[in-house]
Amino acid sequence: MQQVAISIESCSLYYGEKQALNDITFEIQEKSVTALIGPSGCGKSTFLRTLNRMNDLIPDVTLTGKIKIYDQDIYDKTVDVEMLRKEVGMVFQAPNPFPKSIYENVAYGPRIHGITKKSELDEIVETSLRQAALWDEVKDRLKDRATGLSGGQQQRLCIARTLAVKPKVLLMDEPTSALDPISTSKIEELLQELKRHYTIVIVTHNMQQAGRVSDQTAFFLNGNLVEFDNTKQLFSNPQKKETEDYITGRFG
Amino acid sequence: MPESATKEQTIPVLSTDSKTSSSSNVKYRRMKSKLAHLLFLLSTWMGVVVLAVLLIDIARRGLPWLSLDFLDSFASRIPERAGLKAGIWGSIWMILITAPLAFIIGVATAVFLEEYRLNSKWGGRIQRLIQLNINNLAGVPSIVFGILGLTLFVRQINLGKSVLAGALTMTLLILPIIVVAAREAIASVPQSLRLASMAMGATRLQTIWRVVLPYAFPGILTGTILALSRAIGETAPLIMIGAVTFLAFTPSSVMDMFTVMPIQIYNWTSQPKEEFANLAAAGIIVLLFVLLSMNALAIFLRNKFRRS
Repeated sequence: MQQVAISIESCSLYYGEKQALNDITFEIQEKSVTALIGPSGCGKSTFLRTLNRMNDLIPDVTLTGKIKIYDQDIYDKTVDVEMLRKEVGMVFQAPNPFPKSIYENVAYGPRIHGITKKSELDEIVETSLRQAALWDEVKDRLKDRATGLSGGQQQRLCIARTLAVKPKVLLMDEPTSALDPISTSKIEELLQELKRHYTIVIVTHNMQQAGRVSDQTAFFLNGNLVEFDNTKQLFSNPQKKETEDYITGRFG
Repeated sequence: MPESATKEQTIPVLSTDSKTSSSSNVKYRRMKSKLAHLLFLLSTWMGVVVLAVLLIDIARRGLPWLSLDFLDSFASRIPERAGLKAGIWGSIWMILITAPLAFIIGVATAVFLEEYRLNSKWGGRIQRLIQLNINNLAGVPSIVFGILGLTLFVRQINLGKSVLAGALTMTLLILPIIVVAAREAIASVPQSLRLASMAMGATRLQTIWRVVLPYAFPGILTGTILALSRAIGETAPLIMIGAVTFLAFTPSSVMDMFTVMPIQIYNWTSQPKEEFANLAAAGIIVLLFVLLSMNALAIFLRNKFRRS
């Protein structure tokens, strides 16, 4: 029996007056991949951003309900947002490496959290790049600019950069939507490796991808969580009509 | 030029083949287009020619007077002994005080306006009001800043006609320019980089210091250097606060009286003797040299930071 990593209890979110999430409740298992699927604007990316409080950066957002990560209410007043984001890393849709060297990109996180020793940084950079399956491709040019890498390499660099601060949870917002099929499959393989150590939540528009990479799938529609189940179960035998319509491509 | 000429020849051939009725219309439009081309060209050349005549005239008059002695002598009643030393040193003193002050205050203001957006209704309004005012200040005539400097620094704070009072006035004058340039540079930093930094648990200050400012630095630097060249060339506000034109010493502290290059030049042009006009030309050459060097430095630094 796996441990629960994230538990969401009747969570609703409003942008000003407009409701974006409606009474979401489910639990995410530790060291698994959970896919969030649904049509554009259904709230899955918004939901993802509530898990590391990136929504805090948007003015006029109200959240009700509880989100607990390893039994800690992350919206509690005593929670240090910076520490939360260190624990809950995020990879974005388009690769967004800093215009610095490959090494500096990965060392950025450890540095902001106070690690200055060269040997320690060297080690973190190497481990993180190895974990992101990028080390062999870039080990001879760590001083090169990260923006010179290919799109797929840049995205793996962004994953390595996130891993460098040793998070427990990894949030991914359509991490392969800007990539070609080969880079995409590399990242999907990588996810299988990473889930041995990390709890992964991934937003995807690609249902085949959700089927391939995830253990659990949550289907969102108009801010509601319609169905949440084992991926195999949800795709082969959906309980709700909306889910079936969506995964068979009848809408969305 | 040769490319557009061949294009213009081929199009009418095609159109007369298919539609003869509209050929006069086409001719008319082509004529208008050519006329406009000519007008734009003339306008450009007008500026260039006037500038060239001016530069040639200055070089012809000033170059014979340019020498090391000219750079190392104080003002004098005898043209052969007069030099720009007081002006050069005064300008250097002023810029050494103005540059760090204007840079730090200007960039800090830009960071506040761009990175610390106030979200409350009134906060947002106040911030927009500040922005509007800064944009307007960038267009206020420099003499107005001179009056402000005279009232505030020379009289109220009692700094006298010192180089410090002059430098503070100049700082006020170029601050809006630096703020506007720095704001544009900071606004051009992609939002995705800020998000990436924040998502790793960086604080806002860390994000600004390690991601935003390094990215915006070339733009900020260019804007600052261009603003400083404006400060070096300004005359009116310093005349207003009482920079002296006839000095036989260089400042040795920030409270000393001073003059600057453009004031010295202005003074020479108002002298009756013909030789002083030539001295002014020589002074202009020195001033132009400094200004062009600063602009070259701005371009050099921008390219250097863009590449690395």
